[in-house]
Amino acid sequence: MTSLPDKTARKLGLVIDLDVCVGCQACVVNCKAWNSGGYGSSLADHEPYGDAPEGAWLNRVHGYEVVSKDSAAIVHFPKSCLHCDDAPCVTVCPTGASIKRSEDGIVLVDESKCMGCGLCAWACPYGAREMDPSAGVMKKCTLCVDRIYNENLPEVDREPACVRTCPTNARHFGDLADPDSHVSNLVASRCGQDLMPEQETRPVNKYLLPQDRDGAEQMSLSGFVLADLADPSPSGLLGWIDSALSKL
Amino acid sequence: MSTVLDLSPFVSDEVRKTTCYMCACRCGIDVHLRDGRIRYIQGNRDHPVNRGVLCAKGSAGMLHLESPARLQAPLMRTGPRGTGEFKEVSWDEALSTACSWLGEIRARDPRKLAFFTGRDQSQSLTAWWAQQFGTPNYASHGGFCSVNMATAGIYTIGGSFWEFAQPDWENSKLLLLFGVAEDHDSNPIKLGLSAMRRRGARIVSVNPVRTGYSAIADAWFGITPGTDGLLVLALIRELLRSGRIDADFLRHNCNAAWLVDVEDGETGGLFVRDEQGTPLVLDSRTGRPERHDMPGIIPLLSGSAEFAGGARAVTVFTLLAEKYLDDRYSPETVARKTGIGASKIRGLAAELARVAFDDAQELPLPWTDAYGNHHQTTVVRPVAIHAMRGISAHTNGFQTCRAIHLLQMLLGAIDCPGGTRFKPPYPKPAEFHPRPSGWAGPNTPLAGPPLGYPLGPQDLLVDSRGQPQRLDKAFSWEAPLAAHGMLHAAIPNAAAGDPYPVDVMFLYMANMAWNSSMNTPAAIGALTAKGENGDYRIPRLIVADAFNSEMTSYADLVLPDTTYLERFDCISLLDRPIGEPDLVADAIRHPVVALNRNVRPFQDVLIDLGARLGLPGFVDSNQRPKWRDYAHYMATRETRPGTGPLAGWRGRNGEKAGRGEPNPKQLDQYIKAGGYWSQEVPRQARFFKNLNIAYQEWSTDLGLQPKPTPFKLQIYSEPLRRFQLAAEGFGDRQPPEVLRQRIHKCFDPLPIWYEPASDSSGEFPLHAITQRPMAMYHSWGSHNPWLRQIHTDNHLYVPGSICDEMQLVDGCWVWVESPVARIKVRVKRMEAVNRQTVWSWNAVARRPGAWGLSHSSPESRKAFLLNHVISHLLPKQPDGCRWSNSDPVTGQAAWFDLRVSITPADDSEQCTYPQFEPQGQPPNQDPGSEELCYGGEWCK
Repeated sequence: MTSLPDKTARKLGLVIDLDVCVGCQACVVNCKAWNSGGYGSSLADHEPYGDAPEGAWLNRVHGYEVVSKDSAAIVHFPKSCLHCDDAPCVTVCPTGASIKRSEDGIVLVDESKCMGCGLCAWACPYGAREMDPSAGVMKKCTLCVDRIYNENLPEVDREPACVRTCPTNARHFGDLADPDSHVSNLVASRCGQDLMPEQETRPVNKYLLPQDRDGAEQMSLSGFVLADLADPSPSGLLGWIDSALSKL
Repeated sequence: MSTVLDLSPFVSDEVRKTTCYMCACRCGIDVHLRDGRIRYIQGNRDHPVNRGVLCAKGSAGMLHLESPARLQAPLMRTGPRGTGEFKEVSWDEALSTACSWLGEIRARDPRKLAFFTGRDQSQSLTAWWAQQFGTPNYASHGGFCSVNMATAGIYTIGGSFWEFAQPDWENSKLLLLFGVAEDHDSNPIKLGLSAMRRRGARIVSVNPVRTGYSAIADAWFGITPGTDGLLVLALIRELLRSGRIDADFLRHNCNAAWLVDVEDGETGGLFVRDEQGTPLVLDSRTGRPERHDMPGIIPLLSGSAEFAGGARAVTVFTLLAEKYLDDRYSPETVARKTGIGASKIRGLAAELARVAFDDAQELPLPWTDAYGNHHQTTVVRPVAIHAMRGISAHTNGFQTCRAIHLLQMLLGAIDCPGGTRFKPPYPKPAEFHPRPSGWAGPNTPLAGPPLGYPLGPQDLLVDSRGQPQRLDKAFSWEAPLAAHGMLHAAIPNAAAGDPYPVDVMFLYMANMAWNSSMNTPAAIGALTAKGENGDYRIPRLIVADAFNSEMTSYADLVLPDTTYLERFDCISLLDRPIGEPDLVADAIRHPVVALNRNVRPFQDVLIDLGARLGLPGFVDSNQRPKWRDYAHYMATRETRPGTGPLAGWRGRNGEKAGRGEPNPKQLDQYIKAGGYWSQEVPRQARFFKNLNIAYQEWSTDLGLQPKPTPFKLQIYSEPLRRFQLAAEGFGDRQPPEVLRQRIHKCFDPLPIWYEPASDSSGEFPLHAITQRPMAMYHSWGSHNPWLRQIHTDNHLYVPGSICDEMQLVDGCWVWVESPVARIKVRVKRMEAVNRQTVWSWNAVARRPGAWGLSHSSPESRKAFLLNHVISHLLPKQPDGCRWSNSDPVTGQAAWFDLRVSITPADDSEQCTYPQFEPQGQPPNQDPGSEELCYGGEWCK
């Protein structure tokens, strides 16, 4: 059993805008590329050229079809660790490897203490942790803890790789404990949602929902209707064109 | 924590900025290097294309350097074609062999070389090489990609979607997307779509499938494939019926007021011109015919005139009104065919009009047109359109794309703020492009480039009997405006000896034995077909590629290329320029990692071959090689005095832009500046570039064009009418009888819609199309361990109503049958798809053994290509002729005309049909590891 901090000074996390996510997988692969050479062991891939290629990833994007009576839409849903305030993956950890940092709220695995028992992955209701097939330790999103404070990177690049690369700017990074932060403002203005609040994990990451889209069978972009010309025949149109010009 | 967390770990020794090539977008990348290897790739924040972002493919680029599919050395075939049995040879032997084959041909009949270059980004070099060799049989992959968009755009507005124009992402309030392919301009489109949504602008997607960009559109029109043109003409009819059109734009920017001769005869349907050849309009003040470019003239849009001898002429707009107000284009009439309800069509027309006209503004930005008229303000029409492959890949795609451009012109939304805007060096109309050049004789270069834009039958490449001069039949009566050639026809025609056999086929980066051919088994059959003497019908096959692709296994001689991270390359204004509406730009690639195997950049090899063959231009007066390599060529070749492949840092010390003498240090300056060069378009030159004198002068000064070339947008296309006249029996070059009717129908000078040429009988009731996954580009993603985990195999997506009717459940197997073949695939149910359409992801499947993958990989056992059931020929004509399955105007491959039926299949084998024999590995290929821990050496 590992304890959670009573309170964290900051709550660093992501705000993910499902309204603009096109499911392109840029965040997924860029995350893999940064983190393969970054924090902890490399993110290994088993059978990279074989029959069952399978590797560890810290972030995945799923696509769902949402069908209602008269419409069908696709929602793309990026999913990574939500850095919960009440993180069950931390409290379940028998070795103290799973921790939540008191200074910024980031949930990390100290791989030197991880024995690969997998309890934390069972405890996480979001499926946000993956066992590394080579190192046998648990991998998860670090919020790019080795980027966001990294003085070897230009200041502008001190943000998670997924945020840096997202081509639709669907991912936002910041301090959700600061009510004036960019991410808090987004949550306030767009009614940012917790994922599965009934699990009582108090996730830090928030999701912005797709804004209203017209149903597939409904085209009501505007109430505006085109009025016919008095005589919408070729001769009527041609006459109208000439008279419109003469008024200039 | 027991280990101290280092919050500032070392990142990289160095960042090198170059250009991505994981797809066609050409984004700027920052490559982080550590110990000589790539630690990480991120987008270049300063780069005009991607402004810092980077997609999945680009982010995984370093794994191409790990790929077991990388070729290691030049290869000569030792076994039968297709088995993949090779021996390694030296570069000297490889190039001597190629030269012995090519030199003999050049001296005898240069047409016997067919040189086709796939997804080539060095076409200004490869086309010139073909020209100097003397073969007209050259093209890149445009003929099977998007030549319909390019050609319809160039003939109509002098630009085209994607490379030559783009939506005004900052100012548009309504964007209409048609059939977009998600690997073309993908990062810019993603950036633009999200910016639009954030601004509250609306996006309407017209696409049979609601994936990708369509998923975030405000409204989705799940159209029936191949009917987009009909929808657009219905929108046009609604705009005309209600008079919601931009009459000023039509009068002054387009040829809507030009007078057309309506008498029968050899000038019927052509513009009425004065003695200098300038088209005439009716002056609204006098009612008399005058030159259209007379300063101050306000021409009448409607009206008619009688000329000496009683000849009658009417304006283009008169013809247009008569054509499109017809009830055949009413929303009710087109609803059934398009699958879009009449009220939805009316609603969209109303919305287009509302935004274009009620949300219009006038910017206080004065500009002057080329005829001397000064305009105090610039009109904003905030409606943009973007269209791509889904429009292009049909036999009616050319005219559909023209219809889309007509819609834009009626709304006045071309190159205005808020509309679809040209990217310099475009616009550039067909007249200012070259004509295609035909064969000139042994040891003789072509008079000009092999590809171009014909303006009438006189420019076709046909012999005295009207037969094609080119192997692929581009620029013949079968595909008169095939401006990008027809790569998809080259292999079948070569094997059939139709119109003539060739001796050597030389392919670069084109996977024609697999996902780049229609009817893949037929393409493989053509590559391996033997004549009565036991020799292959295509006697010699040279393939240049970086990887052990399906195509490589059929080569007699393999010239191994490098990856994009190991060579110089040139993204030139002479080719397919990058750039933005307000920015002219070009870029380079340069080696960011050292080469570790016996391969050479293809462009270096081509330059070497050119010199060894003594091609004019590739050797100096002493017959010595003129260029050391491609880098040397990029910096020093002059196409005209003062202009060359790269526009930046010209002049002896790099002090000039656009025009200037070659600069020996030019590439160093590109590298120092981040791999690209750009210059802003002056403010007063940014809009209505086709007429804007400030743009015309600025672009001339910069060397983007030799002289100012103002022009009006061509609603009515006279080049098309010239082909129709030939079909009517006028002129000394007329189509063969079997093609006369088809030419007459398809070359309508005003946009039309006609049924796609596919078999629409009840036997094959469903449309079948593919979509490009955003994380995969053609074959190139499949051997990338990260990308292949995202798309390891594919299913056929089937509308729910059909699943219910046929009792199909997810994962069950079905036969997909077309008139030519059948495939067995797995099903997934989907609702967000047109109800008559099935679809799948493109190019996931692989032949066993290709691309360094295991023989029983999911890509070969579970995935499938729709290509196998797409005929490369249209059904037999009454006289027994079979034409290419291509647009009759441009020769564009009609991938998406496919019609199929599906029936339940037995699931005992649990693998797709057909299955192919595994291909072998060349000697000394990297076997590929059982486990990849990329970057493990840097982990703590």
